[in-house]
Amino acid sequence: MSDSGAAVATLSVRSRGQWLAVVARQRELSLVAIMIVLGGLVTLTAPQFLTVSNLSQVAVLAALIAVAAVGEALVVITRNVDLSVEATMGLVAYCVASLLERHALGTTGAIAFGLGLGLVLGMVNGIVVTVFRVPAIVATLGTLSIFRGIDYLVAGSHQVPLASLPDGFTNPARDSVLGIPIFVLVALGIVVIGSAVLRSTRFGRQLYAVGSNPEAAAILGIPSRLVVFTAFSVCGLLAGVAGVLYVMEFGTINGTSATGLVLAVVAAVVVGGVNIFGGSGTLVGAALGALFLGFIANALILVGLSQFWLQAIYGLVILLAVSADAIIVRRIQRATAARRVR
Amino acid sequence: MTDGVADLATMPTLRADLRGISKRFGATQALDDVSLTLVPGEIHGLVGENGAGKSTLVKILAGIHQPDNGTIALDGEPVEIAGPAQARALGIAVVHQEPRLFPDLTVAENVFIGHAPSGRLGTIDWSATRRSAARLFDQLDVQFDVGAPVRGLSMADQQLIEIAKSLSVDARVLILDEPTASLSAHEVERLFAIVRRLRDRGVAVLFVSHRLDEVFALCDRATVFRDGRHVVTTSTGELTTADLVRHMVGRAVSLFPKVETPIGELLLEVEGLTRAGEFRDISFSVRRGEIVGLAGLVGAGRTEVARVLFGIDRRDGGEIRLGGHAVSFATPSEAMDAGIAYLPEDRHQEGLVLDFSIAQNVTLPILPRLFPRLLVRASTERRVADEYTRQFDVRMTGVDQIVGALSGGNQQKVVLAKWLASKPRVLILDEPTRGIDIGAKVEVHRIISELAASGLGIVLISSDLPEVLAMSDRILVLHEGRLTAEIPRARATEERVMFAATGNLEPVAAGDQTSGAADV
Repeated sequence: MSDSGAAVATLSVRSRGQWLAVVARQRELSLVAIMIVLGGLVTLTAPQFLTVSNLSQVAVLAALIAVAAVGEALVVITRNVDLSVEATMGLVAYCVASLLERHALGTTGAIAFGLGLGLVLGMVNGIVVTVFRVPAIVATLGTLSIFRGIDYLVAGSHQVPLASLPDGFTNPARDSVLGIPIFVLVALGIVVIGSAVLRSTRFGRQLYAVGSNPEAAAILGIPSRLVVFTAFSVCGLLAGVAGVLYVMEFGTINGTSATGLVLAVVAAVVVGGVNIFGGSGTLVGAALGALFLGFIANALILVGLSQFWLQAIYGLVILLAVSADAIIVRRIQRATAARRVR
Repeated sequence: MTDGVADLATMPTLRADLRGISKRFGATQALDDVSLTLVPGEIHGLVGENGAGKSTLVKILAGIHQPDNGTIALDGEPVEIAGPAQARALGIAVVHQEPRLFPDLTVAENVFIGHAPSGRLGTIDWSATRRSAARLFDQLDVQFDVGAPVRGLSMADQQLIEIAKSLSVDARVLILDEPTASLSAHEVERLFAIVRRLRDRGVAVLFVSHRLDEVFALCDRATVFRDGRHVVTTSTGELTTADLVRHMVGRAVSLFPKVETPIGELLLEVEGLTRAGEFRDISFSVRRGEIVGLAGLVGAGRTEVARVLFGIDRRDGGEIRLGGHAVSFATPSEAMDAGIAYLPEDRHQEGLVLDFSIAQNVTLPILPRLFPRLLVRASTERRVADEYTRQFDVRMTGVDQIVGALSGGNQQKVVLAKWLASKPRVLILDEPTRGIDIGAKVEVHRIISELAASGLGIVLISSDLPEVLAMSDRILVLHEGRLTAEIPRARATEERVMFAATGNLEPVAAGDQTSGAADV
């Protein structure tokens, strides 16, 4: 009698633990579900929400953030963080715009320079963190300021106007292929390639291992520092890509371009279900997180709320996502612990 | 009573009675119906092997754990100790092996943390705090600059600050948990003088120690625990070291004994291995098919030796030879490439990535070898994981199951599978059966025995004496970083190992040991 009671208890604990695990793993699905529900509500008050032009505008802006968020996600999975992404984007954007204005390297050359610059800035972060052993949050707060300072110095009070860019340079921000905006295709491509790398390469496996259990990774002979360095480098490269997209999107670039975007990038990563303490999360989640934030920003405008709400809402969303994660993780641990004691 | 500090001479006394205390953690009965009385003006020694239940008892008195059964009475009044703050309020203070002080605060601030004398307006009266602290140290008869920060003070000084702290809250029951582990002989003497002074003023002292000579030197009475049970309490005057050791050992556990295997050629030789502050001059060898037990009490340096052998820490001196060639590892991956595998003591902290599946864990150390082209193929991974987990009979739903959901014994089997997949020649096992149930334990023993039979050389670090005795061809005993005995299987008894592990030499003058054992 008591035996069967215990068996029932075990069963229910197990199913509850698994149910929570499913919710935790399916952050992507929950995000999509929330967006559909919210979208329905917004459409009721503002019918123009559900139009092709509005939705593609949301998607294009979200794609720009998503590209940077994918890089940020790589870093966060290793138990680090890169706060300098917005400065990298800004510096790359100004340099690319300025090169184009002066017809210095040609269009392809300017873009290549921008991507290379992003990679180098990412490598600088990686070196400071892995060689000089500065905690990432401090290191990248420092480089955030340094990269932005260089941006100010290079740009001075100069602003590259849209008209100085070559004809058609900003077209990718508006054009579509088969009805899908080019920016979205770029972001999709990066997410697909990145996800494949994480799923089926040694590097991907080691990236998660380093973030999940650094002590074990050390004993297993995983080259942790190389893995972390690579994550920062790729993050810089992708911030460079986002910087180039920024020029195409906005056209008019000065020394303060892309200021304040780091909050959106980190929020996208966290909302997308990447554990801020490392070790778990997906790139699809990070990209969907970016879409979710873009969606909220757009909904606010359409519903008639002030843009000034946006900053506060991003912060609130970060706190909600992180505390939800913490609660779910604790529940799962309790459920599995109960299951282990037989 | 000025400055809120009681004069030691006028302090009230407190008698603590523990009756029938039991405590269970999962499958482990840590304490089983033990009783103990702490009398004012007496130093009571508590000894026992690793895992005997000493620290559980200390934690119950400190309010960190609550007993499942039994009563605690102070001066005859039954009490419940719900937390550390309440333990302090009741007059019980614990000085832990590692002092828990705030390094950036001053000595005086540390002593009075949480209960500093307050001035008008409820602000902290710093000059009164410093005066009171200075007075406490005067009573202990030691000199201290109470305005200096704690950072940089020796372990011994930090322990004295802990003692002063317990006096500042009028502790009348003082528990010292392995306080001498990191003290020099001179510092131990100073500590003992202070403890005796406190005893003479009516404090009831519980002294927990591995060092039997210290128990004899300091304690009036001693209690021995074994396997969570109370064995004996008697006056130290009526005991000899041999009696005490006999009481500590003698556990009966059913085991899977090692299968006789022909011992082959030399695999690993260690000569004069030294790492400053951890161990000195360690020499031994391991042959094919041989299990070498590494016994010793917690903190003897066993894990530290293993970490150097596996390239996690650097050595300061000595030589390691593998298959006759001198080797030197800068990282664990170099050690792995050379054929050494190390199963760490703490499988959660260092052994497994709990978020990963079984298959992903098994292949983690051999990714570069398994997938030289960077791409990871899931089918190969599953096949390799299947092969090694099948050998060990891991209870799982499949190799895709997340490791965190397995029981302790099965997790340990996954760790073993993982290291064997790296095809080592020498396997170092650090406490391979700690915290797993008896059934899984027997299986792990069978696996270890089979591995030795298949030609591996095995170093088995274990605090479980019967396990070491049953599994090892030879037993090396470490005491405080030095090798104190090397005992062949035929001559190994629990008493011999325990004597060496507590820093004593042979209990019986066997003729092949140096003198110095005669006085015990």
